[in-house]
Order: sequence, then structure tokens, then C-alpha cells
Amino acid sequence: MGQTFAQKILAGAAGLPSVVPGQIVPIRPEHLLTHDNTAAIIGKIKDDLEKYGVVRNDLSIIVLDHVTPAANEKTAAGHKSVREFVGKYGIKNFYDVGVGICHQVVVEKGHAAPGMILVGSDSHTCSYGAVNAFSTGVDRTEAAALMLVGETWFKVPPTIRITLRGTLKPPVSAKDLILTIIGDIGAGGATYQAVEFHGDVASLDIEQRFTVANMGIEMGAKIAVFPFDAVTEDYLTSVGVARSDYEPVWADPDAEYIRELDYDLGAIEPVIAMPHKVDNVKPISEVEGRRIDQALIGTCTNGRVSDFHAAAAFIEGKKVDPGVRLLLLPASRAVLETTLADGTMEKLVRAGGVLLPTGCGPCLGAHQGVLAPGEFCLSTANRNFKGRMGCKDAETALASPETVAASAVAGKVTDPRKVA
Amino acid sequence: MRVWKYGDDINTDMLFPGKYTYTCSTAEEVKPHLLEDLDSEFAGGVKQGDIVMAGRNFGCGSSREQPVLGFKAVGIAAVVAESFARIFYRAAINQGLVLVECPEAVAAFKDGDEAVLDIEGGKITIGGKVFEFPPLPPEILAIRDAGGLLNYARAKLEERANHEMRS
Repeated sequence: MGQTFAQKILAGAAGLPSVVPGQIVPIRPEHLLTHDNTAAIIGKIKDDLEKYGVVRNDLSIIVLDHVTPAANEKTAAGHKSVREFVGKYGIKNFYDVGVGICHQVVVEKGHAAPGMILVGSDSHTCSYGAVNAFSTGVDRTEAAALMLVGETWFKVPPTIRITLRGTLKPPVSAKDLILTIIGDIGAGGATYQAVEFHGDVASLDIEQRFTVANMGIEMGAKIAVFPFDAVTEDYLTSVGVARSDYEPVWADPDAEYIRELDYDLGAIEPVIAMPHKVDNVKPISEVEGRRIDQALIGTCTNGRVSDFHAAAAFIEGKKVDPGVRLLLLPASRAVLETTLADGTMEKLVRAGGVLLPTGCGPCLGAHQGVLAPGEFCLSTANRNFKGRMGCKDAETALASPETVAASAVAGKVTDPRKVA
Repeated sequence: MRVWKYGDDINTDMLFPGKYTYTCSTAEEVKPHLLEDLDSEFAGGVKQGDIVMAGRNFGCGSSREQPVLGFKAVGIAAVVAESFARIFYRAAINQGLVLVECPEAVAAFKDGDEAVLDIEGGKITIGGKVFEFPPLPPEILAIRDAGGLLNYARAKLEERANHEMRS
């Protein structure tokens, strides 16, 4: 019997010829990602760190991004304590305020590679499935224990196989694809399970795969992973990861799946995830015309160069509706630099967009772009939970950069196909 | 003892709003905000030994252990649900919060029913009817028995240090 991607990775990690779903295996991840929550994590193990130190100084990747620049004295003190920890223990991979959102930084700086196991104290750690890595979220206490001992355990998940056929028809994009899938599978439909993408994945570039993998957790998935191909190799080469540095892993053709789904990419249409659940997915025709108060383009889901290019195509030479606050949140400094240099960001700002520092702020309602009661925000982020953007009496809906951009100009939810 | 019952897909923002995640870390700071946007009566009304019950995919969303710390601090005896999201599940193991996955018990529960939990015996009695749930695997019980993951990790570090001294 063949093995899935998850079975092969976890068998390899445990030094076993094969494993079965449900089996618990010990693992030693290559990297542990933590962000602003590093402050709380190291606070749990202060005395242990004094006694034992960290297990490896190249295990941790630490990125300050969640409340950056600091919003108040408490968050500033948290950042400071992280910098002191980094200095004291010689943590090799540290990215301070302004470098980017942690998941983008991990991939962009070449820390995630095919076949690698990474964990992070953030649920969207599943993003690195875009580059054929096995990556998933853990909690703060587990991150603390990992810093000390470097090992943890995983239960081998059963796997859902999703086969993609054809190509997306712009302005339909990867966000519409993953929202459609989540609408079908449900917010908990892949809980404790892995998701593999098969078929015509070559038409999706790394940024689109990132958008898809990033939202794997929104259907409960442990991992959401793409195969390694020329697209992956070209991307990794561009960020300085040589082909000789990694060994891709993929499922056997006769692997056993718990569920199989097929999608015709050409048939995917613009969709919108309405409040307050990510699986509350509607065709855009059902929501068209709804007034919006705020539009957010960016985040770790859709804050990359191609996302801002796609948005600019709908905004260039026009003005954002005076009733809409358009927020621009690049996923990293590198994204910002590219979109500044090629004129994209200037177009968006001249049209009325407000450029925010790279980071997570508005996505989790921590600071910047918090909503007032009764307001409606159309966002390219990954969550629309009640209270998510800082106010329980406001609403957030999720859509593609194309849909959000077209809607920001119109002042209301707009099908991007009708204005393209 | 009271059972606080909620629906499916109760996410981490409902359990503990994201806007507090970088200002509240300790159990004492977390307690007043528990379930703030889901049930405004919970934080003030919850008592030692109460049970939280819910449907599918409880604790979905972020990596956020504050609700687990909060549940432990207010003395929640167990969370009984049809299923749990995986990061929440791990966080509960790591803190020693008892989670019971038992869809039958959740389906049987009606408002006002008495719930009696026998963790060691793997049984929950709802309105006089007994439901069994499977024991945790030994790898997970070892973490719980050590008093949570950090104590488990500390024991491992001691063991490694002793081993190095001997070799």
C-alpha cells in the first residue's frame, strides 16, 4: 500500500519504514516559528532557559509582526524582551519590526523547503505547504517546550486528496478557489486531516499556492500541501535555496485517501465568505451591492506582489469611493519595495489607499483599522470571525484582492468580472 | 455544577478575543474576558467544577492558549464536545485541561440535565444515561501525568543531563 505525503514525512521523521493514520510519532522539527508571542513563551521558561539554554540557536525563527510598531507600552516591553532573548542566546533567525508578516518572511528568507518539517505558534504556519513543506501550528506552551528540548509528537493524519483541473479564469483567483473549497468541506471538515493538492497545479504560481495553503487551517487541516515542481524550484532558487539543499517528498500514486474531491478551475467563480464563519461562502451575485465601510487588501493571505498588481488593475486612474477606507497591508518589506519600485503602491495610494506598515495589526483587531459597531469590512484576510477586527458588533467578509479592489472603487460589493 | 452549552465551530475569537492576545497572558488577566463575545454571562457566572459542552470543531481558529489557561483557572472540570480543533486539543493536553470527545453525550444533553464525569473510568453520565469515551493514548497520558508539557520537558532535560554526566 502506498503512502501519503504526511505518512512519508512522519515515517521519515520517526525513522520508520511506514506509518499509519492515527499512529503517534516523535518528531524533531527543523524550525520553530514564533512571533510577538515569543515574549509570553520565554516568560514560561525563564528559569529553565537560565539552567539549560536553548536546545539549538538555529531552531527558532522569530519575527515581530503581530502588533508592530508597538501599539502601547505593554507590547513595546514584549518586543524588547524578545530582542534581549535573541541577543542572550544568539538566536540566528530574528526579524525585527518592519521586515514582514512571519509566514511571508519564513518563505521569502528561504527557511522553508520541500520535505522539511516546521512548526509555529501560529495557526497559519500551514502556509509553507505552498513549497512542499510539512508545516503546522502548535500552542505557546508547546513552543516553549520545543525551545528547550527540540522535539514533540504528531499523530499521523488521514489525508484528503483534492485534484485541480484546468486553469482559473482571471479575474477569478486563488482566493476564490480556496474559499470555494472551504465552503464545500466546511470549517471543521478537515480537522485532524491533511490536504494534498494534485492535478493541474502548475498553473498556480507560488503566491497563489501560498494563498491556498495559508487557509488550510480554516477547514481545520493540519497541513495543506502542494507537490514540488519547476514552479517551486524556480521560486526557491530566486530566494537563495539551492536544489541540492532539499529533498522533495510526494504521495505514492496508490496512497489511500479518506476523501477525494475534484475541482474544475475554469468553473470557479468569484465568491465571498460572509460573516462570521469562513465556510459561510456565497456566490458574489448574492451579495452584490452591499455597502462597505472599509476595504483591506494585504495580510499573509493576499499581501504579495501579484495581489497588489491585481488590485491596482481595478483602482489605477480611479478614486476609492469617499465612503470607503481602503487599507493596504503588504506582507513584507520586500513586497513593499517591489511594489514601490514598479509604481503599483503609488497608484493605490494616489487613488486614496492608506498604506500601513507590514504586519498583522488590523487582521486580528490588535491595532490599526479596528471597526466600529455596525460597520462592514471587505477583506482579503483569512478570518471573518465575530470580533476578529476588534469589534463584536461589526462584520468582516472575505474575498479576493480583485473583488476587494473593485468594491473599494464602487463603494459596494462588486463582481470584478463586471468592471474588468 | 452547571453545564454551559454552545454550538458548532466555536472559534478562538469567541473563546478569548484576539484584541487582548498581546496584553493578557496570565490566567488572572484572561479570566474576565473568557467567552466575552460569545456569552457575556460566562465570566461572571462560571464556578469550579462546571462543564463546557459544544458541538463540532470546538476551539477552531488561532493558536491561542489563553482560553485553556482561563478554563483551568476558573476550574472547568472538562470540555465535552463532538470534536475539537487540533491546536486547541494540543493546548489542552499541554496544560492538563480535560477534553472529552463524545458526540453521543452532546446529542443527548438537554437543558437542565445533570452531567457527572468519571475521567479515569472514561464515562460521562447525562441525565442518568451513561456514555463511554475512549482513553487517551499512552504518549499523551504521559504528558498529563507529568503535570503538563513543561514538566514533561523538564524531566526529559534532567534525564539528558544525567545521561551526559554518566557518559
